[in-house]
Amino acid sequence: MKEKKLRILIAKPGLDGHDRGAKYVARALKDEGYEVIYTGIRQTAESIVKTAIQEDVDFVGLSLLSGAHNELFPKIVELLKENDAEDIVVFGGGVIPEEDIPFLREKGIQAVFTPGTPIKTIVDFIESQRND
Amino acid sequence: MRDLARDIVLGKTRAIARGISLAENDSLGREELIDLLHPHTGKARILGITGPPGAGKSTLADLLIAGERRKGHKVAVVAVDPSSPFTGGALLGDRLRMQSHAEDEHVFIRSMASRGHLGGVSRATVDAIKVLDAAGFDTVIVETIGVGQTEVDIIELTDLVLLVLVPGMGDEIQAMKAGVMEIGDIFVINKSDKEGADKLRTEVEYVLGFKYAHEMEKMNPVCMVSAKMKQGLEALEEEAEEWFQHLSLSGLLEQKRKERIQKELKRIFSAKIHELLDKKMDFYNNVEEWAEMIYQKKVQPYRFINESLHDFLKKESE
Amino acid sequence: MEEFKKIKKAHDQWEETTVKKVTSRFPERKETFVTGSDIPVERAYYPASFDEEKWNEEIGFPGEYPFTRGVQPTMYRGRFWTMRQYAGFGTAEESNKRYKYLLEQGQTGLSVAFDLPTQIGYDSDDNMSIGEVGKVGVAIDTLKDMEILFDGIPLDKVSTSMTINAPASVLLAMYIAVGEKQGVSRDQLRGTIQNDILKEYIARGTYIFPPEPSMRLITDIFEFCSQEVPKWNTISISGYHIREAGSTAVQEVAFTIADGMEYVNAAVKAGLDVDQFADRLSFFFNAHNDLLEEVAKYRAARRIWAVIMKERFKARSSKSQMLRFHTQTGGSTLTAQQPDNNIVRVAIQTLAAVLGGTQSLHTNSKDEALALPTEDSVRIALRTQQIVAHESGVANTVDPLAGSYYVEELTNKIYHEAMAYIEKIQEMGGMVKAIEKGYVQKEIQDAAYRYQKDVEKGERIVVGVNKFAVKEEAPKDLLKMDPTLREIQIKKLAHIKQERDNEAVRRSLQNLEEAAKRSDVNLMPLIIEAVKGYASLGEICNVLRDVYGEYRESIVL
Ligand SMILES: Nc1nc2c(ncn2[C@@H]2O[C@H](COP(=O)(O)OP(=O)(O)OP(=O)(O)O)[C@@H](O)[C@H]2O)c(=O)[nH]1
Ligand SMILES: [Mg+2]
Repeated sequence: MKEKKLRILIAKPGLDGHDRGAKYVARALKDEGYEVIYTGIRQTAESIVKTAIQEDVDFVGLSLLSGAHNELFPKIVELLKENDAEDIVVFGGGVIPEEDIPFLREKGIQAVFTPGTPIKTIVDFIESQRND
Repeated sequence: MRDLARDIVLGKTRAIARGISLAENDSLGREELIDLLHPHTGKARILGITGPPGAGKSTLADLLIAGERRKGHKVAVVAVDPSSPFTGGALLGDRLRMQSHAEDEHVFIRSMASRGHLGGVSRATVDAIKVLDAAGFDTVIVETIGVGQTEVDIIELTDLVLLVLVPGMGDEIQAMKAGVMEIGDIFVINKSDKEGADKLRTEVEYVLGFKYAHEMEKMNPVCMVSAKMKQGLEALEEEAEEWFQHLSLSGLLEQKRKERIQKELKRIFSAKIHELLDKKMDFYNNVEEWAEMIYQKKVQPYRFINESLHDFLKKESE
Repeated sequence: MEEFKKIKKAHDQWEETTVKKVTSRFPERKETFVTGSDIPVERAYYPASFDEEKWNEEIGFPGEYPFTRGVQPTMYRGRFWTMRQYAGFGTAEESNKRYKYLLEQGQTGLSVAFDLPTQIGYDSDDNMSIGEVGKVGVAIDTLKDMEILFDGIPLDKVSTSMTINAPASVLLAMYIAVGEKQGVSRDQLRGTIQNDILKEYIARGTYIFPPEPSMRLITDIFEFCSQEVPKWNTISISGYHIREAGSTAVQEVAFTIADGMEYVNAAVKAGLDVDQFADRLSFFFNAHNDLLEEVAKYRAARRIWAVIMKERFKARSSKSQMLRFHTQTGGSTLTAQQPDNNIVRVAIQTLAAVLGGTQSLHTNSKDEALALPTEDSVRIALRTQQIVAHESGVANTVDPLAGSYYVEELTNKIYHEAMAYIEKIQEMGGMVKAIEKGYVQKEIQDAAYRYQKDVEKGERIVVGVNKFAVKEEAPKDLLKMDPTLREIQIKKLAHIKQERDNEAVRRSLQNLEEAAKRSDVNLMPLIIEAVKGYASLGEICNVLRDVYGEYRESIVL
C-alpha cells in the first residue's frame, strides 16, 4: 500500500510579522513531498484550530518570534482538544528559550525547533509520528 | 462508516473534513461513505471558478463567500492547487486569500492538491463536493486552474462556471481558440482596474457574438470585476443568480445534473474495468511473457488479445 | 592607459605562471568564491583601468556629491557616530529605568522598542493583544505611559529614536505632548520615527491601513514637522528588515531606495517642495558578516541616493542628496548555539558599519537570538562599539577602504545591480505596485530560500550551527517577562479611562474622523489634540481603521 500523503499546516499565531522562518519551512516541506498549507501572519488561536480541522491536517507547525509562545502555543493545543482533534500533532519553532521547552512539551507541543534547525530534523520528527 | 456519514449530514466539521480525506486518500470505505451520503446530496448549488494562474480566482472566491454569508447561506470552498510533479509535495496557497473567513463557523474551506491529475480536478474533488453537499452547505465553490486536458472538466462537476480572464495575459484571442471559451457560463473579466480590460471585453464579446450570432438571447453574460477594488461584484452575483434561476426554471439544471451523472457513470465503469484487469489478469506479471510470444511470432497479436479477454470475462462471470 | 595595459599583462602572466604552479598542486578550497550575497569574488583584484573623470564622478571626496565616501568631510574625526541601543520592554516604568541606566553608561541617544500591540495600534486590553503585551518592547496605551517612559529624561537633551510605523503619528504626538509637559518646545525635539510603512508590507508585518491612506499619514508628518518640529527625522527608510527577511545586500539597497523614492514622490505629489523635507529623510541599514561587501553596500547606497535625488527629483540642496543612515547589526546572523560567538560577529559587523560611514549604530547583544538581552549582554554590545571607536584606529581617517581595488569594484557592482532593480520597479509603476504584485516579496523569499538551502547543504558555514557544533547546556540568566504584565496594563488603562474627560475625548475623536475623511487637512494637530486628552492609541487607530479599512497582505509563496 502506498504511503499516506501527510498534510501539514504552518501557522503564525500572534502579532509578529517575521515570516521568513515559517515560509522557509513551508516551502522546504513541500520540497520534501508533503502537502503544506500556510495561514499567513496574525492568526488567532481560534482561526488556526478551525483551519487545521477543516483541512484535516496531520500536523500543525507554529512559528512565533515575539515571545508570546508560552501563552499562544498551549492555547492552540487546548482548543484542538476541545474540538476532539487532539490527534493532530502540534510542533513549534521560532525564538524560544531552551528553558521554556519543557513547559511547552508538557502542554502538548510535541517538538520545539529553535533557529538553525535543519529541515532534516523536522522531517525526521514528522516521519517518526506517522501513524498509518 | 455509518457514524461518519451521520456526523457529516449533521454538519460536524471534523467529520466533513475526515470524509474528504477518506475520498482523497482513496481509503477503505470510500464507496460506502458516498453511498450513504447519496440520499442527502443534490441540494447545494455548485459553482466553479476557473481561469489561468494568478487571475484572481481565490480573491474572487473570498468575496463571493462574503456575499453568500450576507444572504445567510452556508458556504464551502474546495480549492485545488497543483502538486509538484517531482516531489509530489504541494504548497496550497488559495486558502490564504480567504483566511478572513477562518473563524466563521458557516464557512468551510478545503485545499486539495491535484496529486498528479492534470488541471487538478480528480475523482477526489468530485467526492469532496458530494460530502459538502450532503453536509448541508447551500453553496459549494470549486476553484481550479485546469482547462481542457483534465481527467474531469470543471463543467462536469458544477452547475455553473465562472471563467475568470484577465487583461495582459498575452494573446487573448489565442487562448479563446483553444477551447477555453467553451467552458464558461459567465465570463468574468477580473482586474478591470488594469489597462486592457476594456479591450479584452470587446474581444470576448466578439467571440461570443460570433458563436451565438443567431440566438443572442443565449449569449453568456460578461462581467467586469475588480476583485481587488471590490468592484462589479453585485452585478456578477446578480448575473449568477439569474443564470441559476434560468437553469432551474427551464429544467436545464436537472438535465445538466443528469448528464453529469451519466458521464460520471461512464468514467467509473471504465475505471473499474481497468482496475479489474490490472488486478485479476495479473497483467503486470504476464505482460513480459506475452510480449515475448508476440515478438517470437508465436501468436497473432489480436487473436491472442481477444482470446485472453474472452477467457477472462468467462472466468469472471462464473 | 598604457600603464594599465601593462598591469593587466602582468596580472595575466601572474595567473599563468605563479598561480598555476600552485593551483595545479594545491587546488583552492572552492571552485568559485562568492560574497554573502552571492556576488562572485575573484582571486585578486588589481587596477585594470583608471579614469580620472570617472573617479571624481563616482568616488570623489567625503562630504561632496555623490557622497560615496561619506556625508561629512571629517566624519568620525569630528565626532563619533551615535551609539544607540534599541531597548524597551515590559511596562513604561521598567523601560524608563533601563534608559536611565544606558544614559549613565555613556550612551548618547535613546532608542525605543514598542510591543507589537502598540505597533499595530491595539490597546493592551484588545483581544488581539493576548500574549503580546510588553513582549518585544514597551506597551503604550495612552499619554500616561509615555509620560512615565520619559520621566526624568529631559527631552531637549537626548535624541530619541522610535521604532514605530503604522501609528507613528500617534506616538510622535505623544512625544510632543510629553515635551510640552516638560516645558520643551517642539523645535527643540530631536529624534527619529521609523514611519516606513512600505517595508512593513514587504518584510516586517506591522501594517494597519492600506497603502494610500498610509502614505497620506506619512506625508502629513513630513509637512507638519517641516514647520513645527524641524529637527525631527520624519522617517527612517529601512533596509534592515528587508535584509533580515533574507534579502541579499543588493536587494537591501535597491528596495530601500525604491521605498525612499516612493515617499519622495508622494510628498511631492502632496505639494511639498523636495528641498523642504528631503533633508529630514534618514535611512536604516543592516550590517551582516561579509565585512567588505557590507562596506561597499553603504558606499553604493549613498551614491545611488545622491544620483537619484539630484537627477530625478532635482533636489538642489546637498543635504537633500545625502543618505544619512542608522545601522543595526544583523539579528538573523546571531546563533542560539554558542551565544558567546555572537560577540565576535557583532564586532565584525560594527567594523563594517563604521568603515561604511554610519551615522549611528545599534549593536545586538549576544543573547538576542534567545530572548530580550540582559543588562550584562547589553553592556558588552555597547563596549564593542566603544572599542572600535577608541582603540581600533579605524575612525581616524575618513573612508579608509577607498581605493581598495576589491571594495571599489564591489561598490560599483552593487551600485549597478541595485540600479537595475530600481529601474525595474519604476517600470512596474513604483514600489506600491511592485509590493501589491508580490514581486518584491518573491525576490526576497527566493534569496532567503537559496541561502538557507546552502546552509543546509553545508555550502555555507555558520560556525557552531552546521560546523564546529558542540553539545550545550541550556543557557541561564535570560530575562523573563512578568506574565501579569497585561493585567497591570489593562488596569492602568481602565483607570485612565475613568479619570479623563470622556466628553472631550469623544469630541476629539470625532474631529479626527471628520478630518480623516477629507484629504485637505493635516491630521497631526488633531491627533495631538486627542492624545493630550488621553485618548488611547487603540481608540485613535480604530477611528482611522473605520475610515480607511485595513490592509491585507498579498502573500506569495
Ligand atoms: N490589480 C488587481 N489585482 C488583483 C485583482 N484580483 C486579484 N488580484 C491580485 O492577483 C494576484 C493573484 O490573486 P489570486 O486570487 O491568488 O489568483 P488565483 O487565480 O487564485 O491564483 P492561483 O490560485 O495561484 O491560480 C494577487 O496578488 C491578487 O491581489 C484585481 O481585481 N485587480
Ligand atoms: Mg487561487
